[in-house]
Amino acid sequence: MSDITARPQDFALPETAPDKSRGYLATVLRRLRYDYVTLFFLTLIILIVLTAVFAPLLAPFDPNKTSMIYRLKPMGYKNFLLGTDELGRDMLSRLIYGGRVSLVMGIVPVCIASLVGGLLGVVAGFFGGSLNMLIMRTVDVFYAFPSVLLAVAISGVMGGGMVNGLVALSLVFIPPLCRVSETATTQLRNLDFVEAARASGASGISIILHHVVRNAAAPVFIYASSLISVSILLAAGLSFLGLGVVPPTPDWGQMLSNLRQAIYVQPLICALPGVAIFVTSLSFNMVSDGLRQAMDVKA
Amino acid sequence: MWLYIARRIVLVIPIAIGVSIVCFALVYLAPGDPIQSMTPADASPADIALIKRAYGFDKPVPIQYLNWLGRAVSGDLGVSLQTHQPVFSEVMHAFSNTVVISFGAVVLAFSFAFVLGIIAACNIGRPADRVATGISVLGVSVPNYWLGIVLIIIFAVQLGWLPATGMGSKGSQSFDFTSWEQLKYAILPIITLSLVPLGVITRSTRSAIADVLAQDFVQMLRAKGLGGAAVVRHAVRNALPQILAVMGLQFGYLVGGSILIETIFTWPGTGFLLSKAILTRDIPLLQGTILILSLSFVATNLIVDLLQTAVDPRIKRA
Repeated sequence: MSDITARPQDFALPETAPDKSRGYLATVLRRLRYDYVTLFFLTLIILIVLTAVFAPLLAPFDPNKTSMIYRLKPMGYKNFLLGTDELGRDMLSRLIYGGRVSLVMGIVPVCIASLVGGLLGVVAGFFGGSLNMLIMRTVDVFYAFPSVLLAVAISGVMGGGMVNGLVALSLVFIPPLCRVSETATTQLRNLDFVEAARASGASGISIILHHVVRNAAAPVFIYASSLISVSILLAAGLSFLGLGVVPPTPDWGQMLSNLRQAIYVQPLICALPGVAIFVTSLSFNMVSDGLRQAMDVKA
Repeated sequence: MWLYIARRIVLVIPIAIGVSIVCFALVYLAPGDPIQSMTPADASPADIALIKRAYGFDKPVPIQYLNWLGRAVSGDLGVSLQTHQPVFSEVMHAFSNTVVISFGAVVLAFSFAFVLGIIAACNIGRPADRVATGISVLGVSVPNYWLGIVLIIIFAVQLGWLPATGMGSKGSQSFDFTSWEQLKYAILPIITLSLVPLGVITRSTRSAIADVLAQDFVQMLRAKGLGGAAVVRHAVRNALPQILAVMGLQFGYLVGGSILIETIFTWPGTGFLLSKAILTRDIPLLQGTILILSLSFVATNLIVDLLQTAVDPRIKRA
């Protein structure tokens, strides 16, 4: 499983100024328009999200309907396009529904961590001094755990379930995002325009809101986008260990784990949930890479 | 440099204390009474009272922490609820098994990633670079626990070349490198584990060497008429300490994060112990394993940092 491998210092502020005539956002979009690889994977993500959202309309069967007769049938058997699982449930329907949990577990913790970690980092970077010491040294402690271990430790102790998983993953991602945002804020704090705002009488809060947060947002956003794939892999890993959603709610990691006993019977079907996890995580990784290049955040 | 080394070692102490606090606090995260999670479900009230006194649960939390820390430092991490063995010795047994596959995986990953990264850095933007970068993205995107299952399906179930799970018929107490019978069991876990470090090391080798190749002295070497391969040799020598540091960190991640792979291959390492502890809600075992794994990760980070300082003469940190 991928770990949080990117170092925060890789995510410095944009070095080159965007094209003046166009504005930053327009430049980024223009660059993305010609990046066909990124566009392809972006389309893939949109499709995966739409499939998950409209799961009830798309799934051919009830994902939780078990059947004693149709257990572990091969792909294409009767109406089961992708076969059935160890309880005779339709694999295609379960894969479609399973995306819901995986996407939520991939995106929500990263959003929570971006908000909490990002704000903590801005506060630590902007005010400096002993507050910075307190926040950043605490972050250092959590850095001392490999992310897989931290996630497993927290949800292993608290027990399975979706909420516990979300809490565990959010806690895992807060430290790295806090570091990225602290680095960006510390750089920003000493720039002339922040000095100018302070000289013209702007209060700390308004400088933070108008100048710091807006400028630190790009590196935090890019780093966060690279964490979504990590989060999906970690979440699926947690459910693989039995620390995910409560059965029978379909979830890719759990399906992979349950089908493991059937590798001698239906090896192809056992591999399917992993393919879903793989494609989703790969797509998020590729889009994150493309965004980083387009937004010119130094990597 | 000695001053730097001393300072770096001193700086680790607060981190280690912080780590121990987190591990201690884990017990309080568990739903219900901490005593409940420390005792078997069928314990009699007298047993519970005994454990309560023995672990000092009747004292204030900071005192409890200090007591716990004192025992942990002397190697007493409590007793597993399932096996009734001391947690410390269980974890230490498993630890060496985890190191075997983690080390194998990092060495395997490095040997491929190093070559891939150099090829990519010398051909930036060309097809060779695309392929290498593609492999590295695949490496970090693949759910490796899934890949492990796929490898089992192919090499153990379909082809029958390699054993699927376990560590060999001789039992799992110690790994014997000289016996092919035992090595066979380690092959699939090592390949599976090597994927993430393969991706990460390829990426950092590529960027480290590309950075060096863009420096003035490389242009100087080229201007003086040095050929391609010789230039690359200079670049590699310059970038090597940095790449080795990445490799060391990856080793740390593998030792701490091999839980899923060890679960799939029922490899009797720390990760397998951890997943067993989760399954049986054996909180003392869980806590002890996590404490030792995270402290070893801190130690690995420190060693990598110190080695890098020693190897790279340019780093003169005060």
